[in-house]
Amino acid sequence: MQKMHVKLTVNGREVEALAEPRTLLIHFLREQLSLTGAHIGCDTSHCGACTIDLNGKSVKSCTVFVAQANGAKVTTIEGMAAADGTLHPLQEAFREHHGLQCGFCTPGMITRAWRLLQENPNPTEAEIRMGISGNLCRCTGYQNIVKAIRAAAERLQSTKEAAE
Amino acid sequence: MIPAAFAYHRPSSLNEAINLLAKHGDEARVVAGGHSLIPMMKLRLAAPQHLVDLQDLAELRRIDSDGTMLVIGAMTTQQEILASGLLAGKCPILGDAAAQIADPQVRNCGTIGGNVANGDPGNDMPAVMLALDAIYRVTGPGGSRDIPARQFYQGTFVTALKEGEILQSIRIPTPVPGHGAAYEKQKRKIGDYATAAAAVVLTLQGGTCTAAAIALTNLGDTPLNAVAAAQALVGSKLDSVAVAAAVKQARAIARPASDGRGPADYRTHVAGIMVARAIAKAKARAA
Repeated sequence: MQKMHVKLTVNGREVEALAEPRTLLIHFLREQLSLTGAHIGCDTSHCGACTIDLNGKSVKSCTVFVAQANGAKVTTIEGMAAADGTLHPLQEAFREHHGLQCGFCTPGMITRAWRLLQENPNPTEAEIRMGISGNLCRCTGYQNIVKAIRAAAERLQSTKEAAE
Repeated sequence: MIPAAFAYHRPSSLNEAINLLAKHGDEARVVAGGHSLIPMMKLRLAAPQHLVDLQDLAELRRIDSDGTMLVIGAMTTQQEILASGLLAGKCPILGDAAAQIADPQVRNCGTIGGNVANGDPGNDMPAVMLALDAIYRVTGPGGSRDIPARQFYQGTFVTALKEGEILQSIRIPTPVPGHGAAYEKQKRKIGDYATAAAAVVLTLQGGTCTAAAIALTNLGDTPLNAVAAAQALVGSKLDSVAVAAAVKQARAIARPASDGRGPADYRTHVAGIMVARAIAKAKARAA
């Protein structure tokens, strides 16, 4: 099958490539762009390990064709830290609060939480739990993940207030 | 999992999409949010040679009211249903159901059009549409036609939609005063299909039920319109006797499979509980 020319903005950088339309976005990111942060867990849109941000919304990139994402703006876990390597407050909070054990779900968790905190900058614990309900973690029991997201929300809020 | 190869099309108008379907016949499928079709393609249970992506059809992405009808474009996502102030005010049962579908990421992609048109008896919106007596406006090469939701579902993945037709919008009669509706679903976990679920739409006048509709999800080959169950409520004050009669009638038409969600008699039992809960919630909203 003929390849198509695709053009995306990934983590602020314009990317052009040839790809088969059937290429799943997660495969495109991992194999053609070598962005291996987003993981393939269940490959059936349940686990959320492949979560990325597509045009301002959290989506599961195992269930999107690269053809559908042609022209889109994508953010992955690789786009979270600052250019100098300074971690995003969410990444800091996951480290500080031990929001991971094996780390497999973490890129999806943080990328989802990053969008959640833009949709709802001051979520309650219940809202965090519903907000990450499409992301499965088989290690932590979620307690420390929820704590980390809550802590990052507070830090982002206080940074924002200090700036105002 | 890698699906079979296909040619990709992204039309910019409904007309262009219809022409692509006419040209490629049964080798073509439309994709809306893709969260039913893409998993099927990955399993190679579906292998369209042409994929017609509707994402650029802005005309199919709308939620508004023309006075007598609420009109929801087929490409409206479940998240957009949840976020709609108009629907929360006029027709909160849609938000009830959308909130019970999958998870945030999937609701950002999955559309109401895909949910109702796919013909999967596990999908939640079809029963809601049966209860609301919604109309599906579909467009094909010969123009548009309206299909009542109550005549749309013919079997598992078999619907009244003809080859070459695209669901354009869902039209819901604007709820009348005294109207109350609710959707109750039991599922094992976030993202699961219903063990059993029920949609109830009521009209109350002075405490008496003057009209009712009840429909059931994932309890047969199609969503089920529980006509006798609804009839058991009409004329009553929705007292415990009337509710028990409706529950009994609803259970009588349930034909669930015995599967990982439980044996058929358990799922039938749960169906009755969902009906009773949805009646109570609809009644509270109508009051």
